[in-house]
Amino acid sequence: MPFIPHTTAEIQEMLGALGVDSIDQLFDEIPAALRHGRLDNVPTRMSEMDVSRLMRDRASLDRGGLCFLGAGAYEHHIPAAVWELATRGEFYSAYTPYQAEASQGTLQLLYEFQSMMTQLTGLDVSNASLYDGGSALAEAILMAVRANRKSKSKRILMPRTVHPLYRKVVHAIVKNQGITATELDYDRNGGHIDPASLPADPGDFAALVIPQPNFFGVLEEVDALTDWAHQHQALAIACVNPTSLALLKPPGSWGQHGADIACGEGQPLGIPLSSGGPYFGFLCCKQDYVRQMPGRIIGKTTDLDGKTGFVLTLQAREQHIRRSKATSNICTNQGLMTTAATIYMSLLGPAGLETVAANSHANTQLLKQKLTAIKGVTPMFNRPEFHETVFQLNGPAQDVIAQLAMQNILAGFNLADDYPELGHALLVCATETKTEQDIDQYAAALARALS
Amino acid sequence: MSNIPEDLYYTKTHEWVKQDADGTLTVGITDHAQHLLGDMVFIELPDAGSAFNTGDDCAVVESVKAASDVYCPVSGEIIETNVALLETPEVVNQDPYGDGWLLRLKPNDAGEVEDLLDAETYKELAAEEAH
Repeated sequence: MPFIPHTTAEIQEMLGALGVDSIDQLFDEIPAALRHGRLDNVPTRMSEMDVSRLMRDRASLDRGGLCFLGAGAYEHHIPAAVWELATRGEFYSAYTPYQAEASQGTLQLLYEFQSMMTQLTGLDVSNASLYDGGSALAEAILMAVRANRKSKSKRILMPRTVHPLYRKVVHAIVKNQGITATELDYDRNGGHIDPASLPADPGDFAALVIPQPNFFGVLEEVDALTDWAHQHQALAIACVNPTSLALLKPPGSWGQHGADIACGEGQPLGIPLSSGGPYFGFLCCKQDYVRQMPGRIIGKTTDLDGKTGFVLTLQAREQHIRRSKATSNICTNQGLMTTAATIYMSLLGPAGLETVAANSHANTQLLKQKLTAIKGVTPMFNRPEFHETVFQLNGPAQDVIAQLAMQNILAGFNLADDYPELGHALLVCATETKTEQDIDQYAAALARALS
Repeated sequence: MSNIPEDLYYTKTHEWVKQDADGTLTVGITDHAQHLLGDMVFIELPDAGSAFNTGDDCAVVESVKAASDVYCPVSGEIIETNVALLETPEVVNQDPYGDGWLLRLKPNDAGEVEDLLDAETYKELAAEEAH
């Protein structure tokens, strides 16, 4: 859809109605000292033709290939019906509908999405989605700091097994609100946070983040970690892969009282990898904390005639009502991505999603078995995993990745930059989309690369 | 015309303050305020023991129309809150000066309450706003 700006005549007409001479005058109340004035890092304008060419060139850099790369975004089979339905005109909007009487279809869909997410996470409430996994974790942390009435601390505990990019996003979003994250180191053998290694006197903190599975694909001891957080008057924030929840215990059942908040990246639920986005984040919580939740929430109600209807609810949390005191400046959701995810989940059903999760797990185990038979490849960790695993190689992972890329195989994620202490470490994922033949092809290519 | 009892103190931000015999203060929102806000759906109260300065927001009253902060009328420490309102926020509409009280506080300075508005002044303020 082309963007159609106002004409000069229309702008003059509007300025005339306001009684001002120029658009600049509308910004007079911003003091000159606060204005940047120049946008040096923003390139000059480009024509539609040039932009199309640029985007095509960029897209061609991502050549696809046989994908064993996960690290936060996962290739799953997406039934053809998902995007055929999601891109119908009736659904084709990125935005939350304010006008309930004209938007019942979209509102009902978002309500169904929320219902599915609460079932997956075992929590009471879900919002209508956020931007992505990293920003969802940042919002979960902001929410936990506000909601924790037993602790006034603005410090949270962040395991190093949380996605490195999520940790960066969290830092960027929460630092100016005075919130700090203390990192917890992981067990070098297990690749997990060993509950026995947790400090006896951790000091005052508002929340503990618990990834499941963690960035290495390893399963954390979520029950012990959740209980430990609660023993120290802190909230437990689950950062989870939604596919894995079809097999694993839902966050709402972790430990004695369950995690308080669950968040994560929704991409595995029917969103293509598409060079890194757009994806969507999800956020669920216990009923007690719903008023601290950011973002849109859709509710089910009855109208004056007793008919079922769907509306935006609990809006007093949001910035168009609460202004600067709002729970978040998040004022939209990833409507289109959420539509696709809802259709994906409804087509697969609980049993289908469980099959996807189980087959992904089985393929990764098969991959692990075949790859560790290669000289120079050993498993890095000894704990149970979901659908991703770390290998120790006898040479730099980046060389292996480059060599396999030439054979059109995406070999995995190089951990050297984020976890230098692990040496030559490669993070690899095999979802349900991989056949034994694919895995054999990868193993053969890897064996050649390391020989 | 809303109900503005003579024996209470008031703020420009529509809180009322009652001086109790033991020197503590009871705080709520005025009949005028509850009327403007409409049906209450949720009340957020501070923790007992927390301290506030004059003008700090210390509670939130949320109605079907809006969510509004309640400002601490004088500096002091919260000694009790009306937790019954968490289940029955509508009591703030029904009985704003009685069972709809929000919190009790121990003032840092017993004299500070004298800086607040009297019923007559608040009546003028409310009448002005009504226009």
